[in-house]
Amino acid sequence: MNRMAIFREQKRGGRDRSAEDRSRHRRLVEEVIKRNLGNIIAEESIIGQNQGKIFKIPIRGLKEYQFIYGENRPGVAAGKGEEKRGQRISGVGDKRMSGSGDGAGQGEGDEIYETEITLEELVNYLFEDLNLPFMERKKLSLLETESSNKRWGIQRKGIPPRLAKKRTMVERIKRMKSGQRIESGQDEIIDPPERFPFSENDLRYQRLKEQLRPESNAVVICIMDNSGSMYLSKKFIARSFFFLLYQFVRYRYVNVELVFINHTTVAKEVNEDDFFHRGESGGTMISSGYEKALEIIAERFSPAIWNIYAFHCSDGDNWPEDNDKALLKAGELCGICNLFGYGEIVSTWTPGETMSEIFEKEIKVRNFLSVKMGSKEDIWPAFKKLLTIAEKEGRDEPRI
Amino acid sequence: MSREYSLQELKKWDEQIEALVKENGLIPYPQEFEICDYEEMINYEAYLGMPARYPHWSFGKAYERKKTFYRYNLTGLPYEMVINTNPCLAYLMKDNTLLLQILTMAHVYGHNDFFRNNRMFRDGTRADLALEMFKSHGQRIRSYVSDPGIGYVKVERILDAAHALRLQVYRQVGEKRLNEAEIKERLLKKALPPSQEHPLLNPPANIQPPDLNAIPLQPEEDILWFLARYAPLKEWEKDILQIVREESFYFLPQIETKIMNEGWASFWHYHLLKQLELPQGLYLEFMTWHNRVIRPHEGSLNPYQIGFAIFNDLAEKHRDNPNFIFQVRELERDASFIRRYLTEELCRRLNLFEYRKNNRDYLISEVADESGWQQIRDTLANQVGLGMVPNIRVIEVKKGENLLCLEHEWEGKELQIKYAHETLKYIAQLWGGKVRLKTQVRNTGQILEAEP
Repeated sequence: MNRMAIFREQKRGGRDRSAEDRSRHRRLVEEVIKRNLGNIIAEESIIGQNQGKIFKIPIRGLKEYQFIYGENRPGVAAGKGEEKRGQRISGVGDKRMSGSGDGAGQGEGDEIYETEITLEELVNYLFEDLNLPFMERKKLSLLETESSNKRWGIQRKGIPPRLAKKRTMVERIKRMKSGQRIESGQDEIIDPPERFPFSENDLRYQRLKEQLRPESNAVVICIMDNSGSMYLSKKFIARSFFFLLYQFVRYRYVNVELVFINHTTVAKEVNEDDFFHRGESGGTMISSGYEKALEIIAERFSPAIWNIYAFHCSDGDNWPEDNDKALLKAGELCGICNLFGYGEIVSTWTPGETMSEIFEKEIKVRNFLSVKMGSKEDIWPAFKKLLTIAEKEGRDEPRI
Repeated sequence: MSREYSLQELKKWDEQIEALVKENGLIPYPQEFEICDYEEMINYEAYLGMPARYPHWSFGKAYERKKTFYRYNLTGLPYEMVINTNPCLAYLMKDNTLLLQILTMAHVYGHNDFFRNNRMFRDGTRADLALEMFKSHGQRIRSYVSDPGIGYVKVERILDAAHALRLQVYRQVGEKRLNEAEIKERLLKKALPPSQEHPLLNPPANIQPPDLNAIPLQPEEDILWFLARYAPLKEWEKDILQIVREESFYFLPQIETKIMNEGWASFWHYHLLKQLELPQGLYLEFMTWHNRVIRPHEGSLNPYQIGFAIFNDLAEKHRDNPNFIFQVRELERDASFIRRYLTEELCRRLNLFEYRKNNRDYLISEVADESGWQQIRDTLANQVGLGMVPNIRVIEVKKGENLLCLEHEWEGKELQIKYAHETLKYIAQLWGGKVRLKTQVRNTGQILEAEP
């Protein structure tokens, strides 16, 4: 060794090396969040809360699976010197000495860090691209909404869907050039780095002007089967579904009316609190819920003026004598609603035909749609299916 | 810059340290120091010290994780980081005090000497090519990412799977892997009966010829190699497996010598600084930091402490032969180091104990006394280095069903089943067929299966 050690000062030049891998990681975490939305959204503590409230939802980090040993193996640790054989101890095992910091032998207990996301953020991600389908301009458009997303400049903070790609590119180039200027001003000239990734500071987002403008009147009618056959787990799914719908409508439309109907063999209109929190028991006559909805529509929401959306969640375990009537009333609802959606909560055991089979056989209009949900994981896909129906087949439909 | 010393000053201290390094018989690579800030340090940590690496979200996760840890003070900031390259590259934190820089520079020379002389590193890695290797791996993977026929997501899928298997590679660091022809030759030799003095009197029993077309020819622990060789993968996919595998070989010596490496570096920063004739203020700071570095971690193990204690013990016992500890640093790895040199006396002094899980609780099973210390030593020797990575081997391929059979080499330690399942799925994905793993749970055989 004939030469002395070389010392260098780091020159980062504004380079943020891990930005690319961090944002990819972040995106994967978000995907996990969306996949687990059913679980998150179905939390009892979240359901039924109003939009203003913000929740911290802890999300576990992405796991990097490898073959590792479980806990059933002996380990060695340092103590105080007072330890006795047979003594119970805590705080070992989960922090066994790890390998070399390069991911070797990572135990399962090492995924300590958590990412937090607020319900508000969540709602943002989820509903950005969704609209109530088949919306028509009705006369007497009294409602004003601020959901017309008119672009109105650029801002530094925002959500990924609104990333302004061109501006972000420009910012990066600006930073690169200024870095080169600074460096070439010094005595040694440094080649620009081969790669010059985006930095967090480059990111720019579209700002959307929230403009008031008249929009069509709309009402969303939520009908939930509250009967005894809707066990706790099924009710969970139904409530979660409606909670999503509720959040969506509240997020997207400022002035959309919501109507809540609970039914067993009889139906009644309830407030949102009761709708989300009350459980009942008894038999099932689906037609009662539909009758109630028709009654309310006749009284308060004339189809000439209102866009009407009705959604019903049930396990489809209807009293057979009621099936014909339910079918008839469902047909009537289809006649006056922009969309009638039926969500059936599937269970492994169902006697005879369920309502969704009957509906699908008999109702042939395009503004009727039925979806099935078997578990929490199905809620979000089902929800999305209901709301994107129009986009798939009805682009020519007048929409606002 | 707010620090109270200049680069010139560091260089002066380094000259003194380097002189002592030579005097004491250390033989390091040429050394390079890079002074960097907090942000850059975390980045280096996330990419395991490499200035250039391929992109993958796990590095982003590592960054976020480390940053969170520092933010909540869950671990102390790193003072330095040093990587096995020639010249040896080390990063020093800008915010370190002067004494901390002196201490870490001395510490770095210890690591540097270890990299250059320990047999695992010497025979298992190419320090002069390391930076180039990581850089070119980065370029290769980026070229696949920007290939319109491949793209980021497909590359990521393969990388995810390869990362899950990255330690399932050939374990004999520095020893040549037999190629297929050599294995076949050896199998044939083994099948033939030993030549006998009176072959007519002792006719050989039925000779079973080995199946030289079997896949694998013998149980194969290098799963990444096996998949790159036999799985129906595209060339670029095989290349990615090989890239991850090659990087694993670079890191294996570090995994195998964590305690020795940190012990050796701590031993030398301690003894070099003692010889440095530091002014009293700095000397006191030195003792404070040194004690912090080698303090016991109650309820777990501090590799710095264990390694330092053993090397110190050996140096004292072999005063007459100063060369002895240099031989130890050259020849051993953690498992053999512990087995040979962790004495009863040391076990006692370090307050080591052995614990086992009993239902939900952990119970102390052995303490460091006359009857227990050997058990403690052996358990520790079995849990360091690759001892903490389960050895999974490919046993056979059932061709008709396209079934890949694996076996967990049983050493009395159960797999974490959830992790094993998820890892199997990655193997199935690469294999393009069903995968079956034989292991044990609660002393009975257990079969895990996964399909792509």
